[in-house]
Amino acid sequence: MSKVMVVTSGKGGVGKTTSSASLGAALAQAGQNVVLVDFDVGLRNLDLVMGAERRVVFDLVNVVQGDAKLPQALIRDKRVETLYLLPASQTRDKDALTEEGVGRVIAELRERFDWIVCDSPAGIEKGAQLAMRFADIAVVVTNPEVSSVRDSDRIIGMLDSKTLRAETGERLEKHLLLTRYDAARATKGEMMKVEDILEILAIPLLGIVAESPDVLTASNVGSPVTLHNPASAAARSYTDAARRLMGESVAINTPAEKRGLMSRLFGRKAAAA
Amino acid sequence: MAVETLAAPHVTLRGRTFMALVVAPEFPMAEWFSAFDQQMHGAGGFFIDRPIVADLGATLEEGGPDAVFIVLEGLEARQLRLIGVEGVDPVLLAGTRWERLPKTLHGRVQTLETWADLHAAPHDEPSPEPVAAPGVSSLLIDRPVRSGQSIVFEDGDVTIIGAVASGAEVIAGGSIHIYGALRGRAIAGLRAGDSARIFCRKLEAELVGVDRLYRTAEHWGEALHGRSVQVMCDRGALRLSAFD
Repeated sequence: MSKVMVVTSGKGGVGKTTSSASLGAALAQAGQNVVLVDFDVGLRNLDLVMGAERRVVFDLVNVVQGDAKLPQALIRDKRVETLYLLPASQTRDKDALTEEGVGRVIAELRERFDWIVCDSPAGIEKGAQLAMRFADIAVVVTNPEVSSVRDSDRIIGMLDSKTLRAETGERLEKHLLLTRYDAARATKGEMMKVEDILEILAIPLLGIVAESPDVLTASNVGSPVTLHNPASAAARSYTDAARRLMGESVAINTPAEKRGLMSRLFGRKAAAA
Repeated sequence: MAVETLAAPHVTLRGRTFMALVVAPEFPMAEWFSAFDQQMHGAGGFFIDRPIVADLGATLEEGGPDAVFIVLEGLEARQLRLIGVEGVDPVLLAGTRWERLPKTLHGRVQTLETWADLHAAPHDEPSPEPVAAPGVSSLLIDRPVRSGQSIVFEDGDVTIIGAVASGAEVIAGGSIHIYGALRGRAIAGLRAGDSARIFCRKLEAELVGVDRLYRTAEHWGEALHGRSVQVMCDRGALRLSAFD
């Protein structure tokens, strides 16, 4: 059965697009049929992160408005053949999307794909609401900062009230993905602790992705980190998160614990030298 | 200057239907407004976007019609969302830019004749309310109240199983019971008045209020932070005490 998954956060710059691309790619690498849908109309980025910016002809707005057929707008990834992208329009604004139109496109995508990953725009306005509207699963991307946590809380409240599932009384699965987790700052106590964030947001943890240059490098070359550098810690975090989404039980590593061990080792070396 | 502000009259706010607040300016006005500005400043965003009803009865009585306009201008200059006026004859505001403000909130007709009657009645007494439906006098919410959500239950107590997030608010006619952390705002006693209380398992609130009194987090400091606390009215002041 197909699943519609919204990747959302409220706050901008926390890693929604990167996480959408990486989770989507990881799911596709595991053999699932995946489409990434960019809902950030007017500020599209997902095509860049996926390295498909020079292949965009038609976009989500064209399909929603009936100017193009869905197969015309879908871009197939060159690296993973079960991964597709439905780009956003850069020249339109979010008012170009209608609930009825988005619902129609999502229903059509459900027939073809196992996973429909909706990359939400920042904010709580129409664009973000349409991105979450038809979701079965929500991945709430949060940085370990108070502002991000509060915005995520706000978004969780909206997921519980403004989605179709919430309105019909069905359960909407919500997962927390902690990104840009800085192990060095965490050990110094400069960042919110994982347990405090979990206590405040009260939703299950899907994974913790450490702040890492690998992620930025991958984004800049137009490739999700799970494809560009599968051995990196960030890629492994996303791959594990994708496996958890598929129902596998995989233990969650807090980067701080690992880094703590590393620094202890380095500390000893330094002392010995 | 400092002495003057200390001696400034405390501006009391009376809870109203939903979240409208009633402000009743008093003479001397300069002092009242300076005290009000201090409160606005100290209460962070409490007044932002909050509907305000101005009770201008005292203003009209002591200062006459001219004072009414000066006070309205003063309130407007503070960017308050004035949604209504009380205690003045609608005729007085006719032809001014405040003409369209409702003067008959709660169905009370505020003409000069009824104004006299109203004034005679004890001001603080809640107007007789329709009898609440029997059996339903409390509201139970068995999930967290998220940031941006507002729970308003005028008819009685509110019980929440879960946390009240930063940026969320709970407003109750009676008491508020929170089996979790209170990180947002809780305002109790909209109807029950000073007998209402707020209970929470973990106090990390932005603001608590009972009846007409409120306190922001900076008033209670670190000692109570994170503890299990009750908030109550005690001889005209808000008192917070820890259970453990």
